Amino acid sequence: MTMPITAASVALDGNLADAPDAPEAFVPSRGFWGHVGHRLVRDPVAMAAGAIILIVVGIAILSPWITPMDPYRGSMLRRLKPVGDATYWLGSDELGRDMISRLMVGARLSLFMGVTPVLIAFGIGSSIGILAGYVGGWTNTILMRTIDVFFAFPSVLLAIALSGALGAGIFNSIVSLTCVFTPQIARVAESVTTGIRKRDYIDAAKLSGASGLTIMRVQVLGNVIGPIFVYSTSLISVSMILASGLSFLGLGVRPPEPEWGLMLNTLRTAIYVNPMVAALPGLAIFVVSISFNLFSDGLRNAMEIRQ
Amino acid sequence: MTDTTIPTVPAVELSGLRVAFGKTQVVDGVDLRLERGQALALIGESGSGKSVTLRAILRLYAPGRSRIEGTIFAAGRDVLALDKRALSEFRGGDVSMIFQEPLLAFDPVYTVGNQITESIRRHETISARDARARALALFERVRIPSPERRLDNYPHEMSGGMRQRAMIALALACRPQVLLADEPTTALDATVQIQVLLLLRELQRDLGLSIIIVTHDLGAAVEVADRIAVMYAGKIVETGTARQVVRDPHHPYTIGLLRSRAEGAMDKGSRLQTIPGSPPDLANRPPGCPFAPRCFLVADRCRKEMPPAAAIAPGHVIACWRGEEASAAYRAGPTPVAVEMA
Amino acid sequence: MSVIPHGPDPFAMDRGGPAQPLLSISGLVKHFPVRKGTGPKRVVRAVDGVDFDVMKGETLGIVGESGCGKSTTAKLIMGLIERDTGGMLYDGQAIGERAMPWRSYRRQAQMVFQDSYASLNPRMTVEQSIAFGPKVNGVPGRQAVERARALLARVGLEPKRFAGRYPHEISGGQRQRVNIARALALEPRLVLLDEAVSALDKSVEAQVLNLLLDLKAEFGLTYIFISHDLNVVRYISDRVMVMYLGRVAEIGPSDSVLAAPGHPYTQALLSSMPSLDPDNRTQEALLAGDPPNPIDPPSGCRFHPRCALAEGICAGREPPLAPIMPLHRVACLARQPGSGHSAAPAEVLAA
Repeated sequence: MTMPITAASVALDGNLADAPDAPEAFVPSRGFWGHVGHRLVRDPVAMAAGAIILIVVGIAILSPWITPMDPYRGSMLRRLKPVGDATYWLGSDELGRDMISRLMVGARLSLFMGVTPVLIAFGIGSSIGILAGYVGGWTNTILMRTIDVFFAFPSVLLAIALSGALGAGIFNSIVSLTCVFTPQIARVAESVTTGIRKRDYIDAAKLSGASGLTIMRVQVLGNVIGPIFVYSTSLISVSMILASGLSFLGLGVRPPEPEWGLMLNTLRTAIYVNPMVAALPGLAIFVVSISFNLFSDGLRNAMEIRQ
Repeated sequence: MTDTTIPTVPAVELSGLRVAFGKTQVVDGVDLRLERGQALALIGESGSGKSVTLRAILRLYAPGRSRIEGTIFAAGRDVLALDKRALSEFRGGDVSMIFQEPLLAFDPVYTVGNQITESIRRHETISARDARARALALFERVRIPSPERRLDNYPHEMSGGMRQRAMIALALACRPQVLLADEPTTALDATVQIQVLLLLRELQRDLGLSIIIVTHDLGAAVEVADRIAVMYAGKIVETGTARQVVRDPHHPYTIGLLRSRAEGAMDKGSRLQTIPGSPPDLANRPPGCPFAPRCFLVADRCRKEMPPAAAIAPGHVIACWRGEEASAAYRAGPTPVAVEMA
Repeated sequence: MSVIPHGPDPFAMDRGGPAQPLLSISGLVKHFPVRKGTGPKRVVRAVDGVDFDVMKGETLGIVGESGCGKSTTAKLIMGLIERDTGGMLYDGQAIGERAMPWRSYRRQAQMVFQDSYASLNPRMTVEQSIAFGPKVNGVPGRQAVERARALLARVGLEPKRFAGRYPHEISGGQRQRVNIARALALEPRLVLLDEAVSALDKSVEAQVLNLLLDLKAEFGLTYIFISHDLNVVRYISDRVMVMYLGRVAEIGPSDSVLAAPGHPYTQALLSSMPSLDPDNRTQEALLAGDPPNPIDPPSGCRFHPRCALAEGICAGREPPLAPIMPLHRVACLARQPGSGHSAAPAEVLAA
């Protein structure tokens, strides 16, 4: 069959009176992510939070080369120096190791433990949730009720129980944290997808004869992945805190590896001797996790497009 | 009409009202007068600033996000001078408002009757029993069937038309002098819309209520209003009695609105007259008349100077340099507005 | 103004010739279960036995209050929801069966939705949205894009300026033009417009109605036009169908139905349209209260509890859809000779 509609055959006559716009300067479209970026840049809070995250990530990556001292070498003579010490600017810990160096190197593991489980859970959880949301019916019921079982336990308890069962160690901590976050992400993914599935443009795509898989790939995915991603970034802070908690309980990272949660644990005993130093790892956890939260808030606001 | 009588204090008087959100000047110099006991319709298309004008009368916009200039007098009060307490007394007490979506006006967790008595008791010292009796009388007034039972309904238990009536009852609870209605019938079926419009007319007549109704539907406006004001891009372009505006329009925009209606088409299936183009960007207003780029009678002057509001007959005011030509073109016949090849 | 016909003769694809209805619906039923409480199972009788034909090249208007089943009918026709029972023939062939599977039917029947924003994917450019249909139907990418641009030009949106825009960057009227272009991208013969102009401002509505008329002439389209605005329906439709509580109350040529309505419900609908005449404002609403709920429709004629002509017999007997004039059929006992209703016309010998 020939195609009757081609550019050359289109007659514009008689329709100009209806042309819905007066001539105006041609504004090239920024595209969706262009808009998001544009709005994100104008959000000072999100930008500040993003800057902090970038700095911490930079420090973490470069830490082996830029630490002022060896983070592993201690000195029994120089234990628990206070903050502001001439040699140890941020003091030293209970084994006399430099706090700055340990905090810098500790950022590596802390960030790793914060981001990795969320990333894995993002992959697994959003697949489950999008599938359940798009297919609906019995598939949805079975998947989501199974997921609901995990919500019976508080997430801290679940992480501790799983880590306890699997044994201590970085790998096992990541596995247990992934198990904690997957159901949460799946649930959000399911509700977002269910919302999108009822939109008229999905009906319109069905009417054009597209298969379920094509609709999912072309029409659904782009619209759900953003909100799920934003939600996931807000979990990074939770993950960091939980990972620290696991280390604190001795279920995560093992000494002498520097990790903020573990450092908090070992410095606990020094809290009456040198409270400032003991609080430093906690402060680091607090600042980085709140930065992740603020950044994800900003991202969510920037992604809200209005008509 | 009111020219020969002794000047009375109008129910609402706006002069030089300007409302801006950031750089967007949504309302740009509105002068409007509503006499006591009158019903006025403010019509215009989306983005014309009609709803913003209405909401400004109740100062519903937070001062940080908006800038209001000019003066607003309503029910004898200088609205922009009211302090916080006087303002909350004023809202609902002197002037109240109904909306397009009644579900937004009601709290879903309380019964409708509770919310009405609550509202009465907030404004007046009155026993719970008396307040309930008044709520019941209000429900009868707005013709809700079996009112006694309906008072104990939650908002979601009512149908759309009934909720709209209940919202009108809530708005009337504290005996306001002025009722502001923001697209009150847009979401309703035509069969229900006409009932609500007739109810508004009845309330105006029986209670001496002054009403401003904002709508995009000329038909609904004619059913309720004594006077009609047509808004375009934040300015009032034509004001007059309903008869003057509908029968003898002088502004090209009003003419365009009347011409583009499907029932005005000469023949079934013949092309409708349209207004070419689309409204201007309110953040970058061109100088001169905002309608000039779309006007079939545009002249050089229109692009440079904003025409002042001028009376062409008692009570009939237009803001157009070429009102007489427009009117002549309208009266001349069915297709004077032919701009097919713009 | 000239409309130059393009493309193949629209009747070239006919199987049954111009007299055979393009779409023929008979006994269409759709009930939705109500999930509430533990009482006896209740259903919403959204569409409850609807028959009508859509002739080739005509515009059939469907009107009624909310809850009358017009939108459900639209979704059933498009196959977006499954019908309980009923026959649907497209040009004489049963839809969903071997000769006319849904996939090939959908290439010929497309729909424009009311909400211009919700019916466009916010993450796709206007051009991508229009080209999507042709692409999934095997048109190579570049050709699909070219077609999308040609259609954009045809609906009055300059491709250079609009092709790369996103739905939130354009106005409501422009979005509805995009939706129309998208519906036309598969070169359908039947286009269903479900309240397609209802959300638009009046002056924009007029522009879009003009466009619809031009496109219909140019591409030889058949329209089903659903709306609650009788003025618009009168303007655009050749025939009108009035629905009430899931059934057809009246159907016939629009000049006849809207000028001399046979059903008391159609009369009430007409009288509730605002008059636009300041000297003759509406004095009384013919219908009181809200449209009834389709969960438990009244017995007999569904309109009898609100009807001015109702008599005892109306509650007991469901009126059939019978002609009062050639092509004009009404489901009202008061209009049917020999029905037993006191207002019924006397039986005539030669009908």
